[in-house]
Amino acid sequence: MPTRGFSGRRPSAPVAKRLPPGQYETDDFPVLAMGPTPDVDLATWRFTLHDGPRPLASYSWDEFEALPKTRWRGDIHCVTKWSKFDTEWEGVGIDDLFAAAGVTPPTPYLLARSYDGYDTNVPVADLVGGRAMVATRYAGAPLPAEHGGPARLLVPHLYFWKSAKWLQGLRFTARDEAGFWELRGYHIYGDPWREQRYTDDP
Amino acid sequence: MSSGAAAAAAPATVWHEATIERIVRQTPRVKSFFLRTALRPHIAGQHVDVRLTAEDGYQAQRAYSIASAPGAVRLELAIEELEEGEVSPYFHEVAREGDTFEVRGPLGGHFIWGANDGGPLLLVGGGSGVAPLMAMVRERDHLARDVPLLLVYSSRTWEDVIFRDELLRLHDKRDGFDLVLVTTRGPRGREHDHERRLDIPLLGQILAAWGHEPRHAYICGADAFVESVARALVQGGIEAAKIRTERYGGPGK
Repeated sequence: MPTRGFSGRRPSAPVAKRLPPGQYETDDFPVLAMGPTPDVDLATWRFTLHDGPRPLASYSWDEFEALPKTRWRGDIHCVTKWSKFDTEWEGVGIDDLFAAAGVTPPTPYLLARSYDGYDTNVPVADLVGGRAMVATRYAGAPLPAEHGGPARLLVPHLYFWKSAKWLQGLRFTARDEAGFWELRGYHIYGDPWREQRYTDDP
Repeated sequence: MSSGAAAAAAPATVWHEATIERIVRQTPRVKSFFLRTALRPHIAGQHVDVRLTAEDGYQAQRAYSIASAPGAVRLELAIEELEEGEVSPYFHEVAREGDTFEVRGPLGGHFIWGANDGGPLLLVGGGSGVAPLMAMVRERDHLARDVPLLLVYSSRTWEDVIFRDELLRLHDKRDGFDLVLVTTRGPRGREHDHERRLDIPLLGQILAAWGHEPRHAYICGADAFVESVARALVQGGIEAAKIRTERYGGPGK
């Protein structure tokens, strides 16, 4: 039912085509996090892949920086309804990461875990095949702390809470285990094009 | 609650009609909208999604924090008019009592506080970021007056202090609710308020005067405000795990 007197400010057709339902475009880069920005020291930073409790591979910052790099440019979508177009990222592709670590995914699910205790679940299929990376640079510069630096997950085809900031590691899980927001009312998968914002969304 | 068991059981993601029952001007830039809806009861700190629909079916959505106390008869949203906004200008320039739009919620499971969570409770708000904190202040006043609560609230000027009369009235009870108002671009309103930026030394001074160690801290406001206050609290020795943040970023509120 129409809202009396609301006409709205429609985005142009090319913008509208790139906006998932319920989103609007922003030029800013808003910050969202559950708490304070943690201070992550590169000297002690480690990135670890786990299969359940068992470590599979672990990298210092220098070792991680020596892995092959990949770039991605495109649109990101936050569940709080902003979308940002043509963002530019650089980091280690998940395919390259698994190859370098000699890891064949032992389960179809994993939890990305952050230095501030945050975690979020992502199916492995959504991370491989060139669909995701561990990003260490944004717009040509080291990733700022408030945006998740030194390293964050980047899974741009899902709502951005899946792109865990201050990434500490990835842990393969036997089941699709809900992470921080998924336990607090947000959708288990989070596809912006299907508007999967909250738990009960289809 | 008049909504009944059926509405209470409905998932938070179903869209409901909301009717504007009353509009109250809070400040030159903020109005409160009191809504009649059948949403299930909320927890202080939660938000609703608002959806407006144009004649041709075009829709716009925004999230707004709930300022009313849990259990209040009407849902209160305090909406700031933003230049270049799409939804807030509708509320400020078009909406009138009796108009309807859609809401869903209540939503959010982290930036929440209930009487059972206890205290001492530290709330730090900037501008319209005070809205979800106001729900917590009201929850405490209704159900948990034994919980010490300090609200540190930064506004541009004394005229921009949302909920000002109610906050001053609550403070005058001297029942464990403390209020420090900070104005960044105008004179302070009371002797113990402050007219300057809310920086690390000032926060330290305010917390020392309060004399409690917060068990929970909630910060809400613009990105830069939340970032600087969160850093100040961590540097002041408050564990990061006790601090919850909510940020209003980007345009279009």
